[in-house]
Amino acid sequence: MNAKGFVHKYPDNVDTDVIIPARYLNTPDAKELAAHCMEDIDPDFTKKMKPGDIIVGGFNFGCGSSREHAPLAIKTAGVSCVIAKTFARIFYRNSINIGLPILECEAASDGIEAGDEVEINFDTGVITNRTKNETYQAEPFPEFIQNIIRCGGLMKSLKEGGHE
Amino acid sequence: MGMTMTQKILAAHAGLPSVKAGQLINADLDIVLGNDITTPVAINEFEKAGFDSVYDKSRVNIVLDHFVPNKDIKAAEQSKQCRQFACKYQIENFYDVGEMGIEHALLPEKGIVTAGDCIIGADSHTCTYGAVGAFSTGVGSTDMAAGMATGKCWFKVPAAMKFVLTGSLPKGVSGKDVILHIIGMIGVDGALYKSMEFTGPGVAALSMDDRLTICNMAIEAGAKNGIFPVDDVTRAYLDGRSQREYKVYEADEDAEYTDVYEIDLSCLVPTVSYPHLPENTHPVTDAGDIAIDQVVIGSCTNGRMSDMEAAYEILKGKHVKKGLRVIIIPGTMAVYKECLKRGYTEAFIDAGCVVSTPTCGPCLGGYMGILAAGERCVSTTNRNFVGRMGHVTSEVYLASPAVAAASALTGYISDPREVL
Repeated sequence: MNAKGFVHKYPDNVDTDVIIPARYLNTPDAKELAAHCMEDIDPDFTKKMKPGDIIVGGFNFGCGSSREHAPLAIKTAGVSCVIAKTFARIFYRNSINIGLPILECEAASDGIEAGDEVEINFDTGVITNRTKNETYQAEPFPEFIQNIIRCGGLMKSLKEGGHE
Repeated sequence: MGMTMTQKILAAHAGLPSVKAGQLINADLDIVLGNDITTPVAINEFEKAGFDSVYDKSRVNIVLDHFVPNKDIKAAEQSKQCRQFACKYQIENFYDVGEMGIEHALLPEKGIVTAGDCIIGADSHTCTYGAVGAFSTGVGSTDMAAGMATGKCWFKVPAAMKFVLTGSLPKGVSGKDVILHIIGMIGVDGALYKSMEFTGPGVAALSMDDRLTICNMAIEAGAKNGIFPVDDVTRAYLDGRSQREYKVYEADEDAEYTDVYEIDLSCLVPTVSYPHLPENTHPVTDAGDIAIDQVVIGSCTNGRMSDMEAAYEILKGKHVKKGLRVIIIPGTMAVYKECLKRGYTEAFIDAGCVVSTPTCGPCLGGYMGILAAGERCVSTTNRNFVGRMGHVTSEVYLASPAVAAASALTGYISDPREVL
C-alpha cells in the first residue's frame, strides 16, 4: 500500500481541540466534522488541501481530548497519512482503530517541509521526499497492530476473529 | 524483574502470571464508559459491526455530561441516541439529566469504579480513577464499541515513572497545584505512553479529592494512567461505597521505573498554567497583574465537595470584582445538593457568582461560559489549548479552586494565601 501527496506541516503538540474544535462535536457525522478539520490551527486547511495530501507534525501529535472525531475528520478530509515524531497515545490508538494511516518518524518530521511532495510505502515504512530527494525510515508497527490495520480497523478485526 | 502496580493489575486482567513494559495484551474490562459526545460514535461503530448485545449491562456506563441539559438541537439528537441505546440494551448505569454528574466525579462518588479494576472510558480524563487504586485509561469511541461488545481491550503494557511524595501540603495549596507542578516539570509529553505511579510517605496526607484531581490530569503529561496505592484513605473512601468487592495490588519492591522524582509537598506553592499548554506553569506569586474577564470553578478536575469548600472559604461574605463573570459548577447532583445544604450556593450567589447544574460545558468550549476574542479566564479545568474555551485569541489560565476564587475577588490572577 502506498500514499502520495503534498505536505501540510505543523509544530509540536498539535491538540485535538485545534484539529476539530468542540463547538463542532454536536454531531458524529464524519463529513460535517471533516469540513472543519484543522480549523483552529490552519483556517484554510480544507480549502487548500487535496485528497491524498499528508500531514506532518512534531512531538505529541493529537494530544488532549480522546475525541475520535479528530482522526475521523482528518481521514474523511482525504488526508492519506499523518507523520509525526511521536503521537499522543489515544490519538495513536484511535487512528489505528479507524484505519487512518500514521507513521512515527523523527527524521521525516525534521526533513520534510510544507509543500514537499512525499511518497510513503506502508509495507516497508520508507518515506520518500520527492521534492528534496531524501528518504526516511519509519518505525514499523508491531504484528498485532498490523493485523488490525490489515483488517481495516478494530471492529472489522473483531468480526474476523483476528483480535483474540 | 518485579512489576509496577499498573502492570500487576494488567497481568491479572490478561490472565497472565506477569507482564512487562512494551508487551501487547488483551485484558478483561471491569468498566466501560462513554459520554454524550463519544458514545454516539461508539454506537454507530457497534451497530455497523453487527453486534446485538453488550458484554455486561451492569458494567457499561453512559453518562450524559458534556452538552447537557442539551445546548442545541444537534446535541439533543446525540443525547437521544444515547438514551435509546441505553434503553435497548438495558444499560444499568445510564445517567441522564437530573441524576447525572460529570462522569469522572460521578463514577467514584457512586462506587462504580473501585480498587483493582481495569477500566476504559471514551474520555481522556478516565485516568481519574487511578486515585482509588484502579488501572483506568482514556480511549476512543471505537475502543468503547469493542469494549461494550467483548468486554476486552488491547493494551501495550506501559513502562512507569515513579513520583515519591514526601511532606504535606501547606495551606492554600491543593492536589491541583501538585499535578500542575509535575506537568510543568516533565512537560505535556513527559509521561507519554507511561504510567505515573504516585507513592511515598506524603500520599497518606492527600485526601481522596486531591488524588482524584492529580490522577485526572495525568493525561495532560501524556500518561496512559496515573495511580495511587490503596491505603487507609482509600479504604475509608471505598468502604460502604464500592458497589463491588475491591482488590488491592501493590508494586513489587524491585519494579522497574524509567524515572524517579521526589517531590516535597510542603515546598509547593499555588501554581498557574498560562496559555496555551498545561506545562507552561508559573508560581502564582509571579503572576503580576494579569487582568481577567471570567472565572470557572468546576469540571472533572475540580468539581468535587472539597473544591466547592475551597471556593466558599474565600468567597463567603465577599463580592466578586465588578464586571467579572464567575461561574461555579458542582460536579454531581450530590455535590450540588450538599452545596445547597451547607449554604454555599447562597453565599456564591450573594458574592455575585452563577451556580450551574453539573456540566462539562465551558471546559471544552461547549457552552455555559464561552470566551469572546481576547478574553481571559482563570479556570479550574484541565486544558488551556488555543480556542479551548472559545475564540482562538481567548486565553485560559489553569489553577486551583482557591486561586480561581481569590482571582474572582480581585479581577486579576491572585494568591489565595493572601485572602485565607
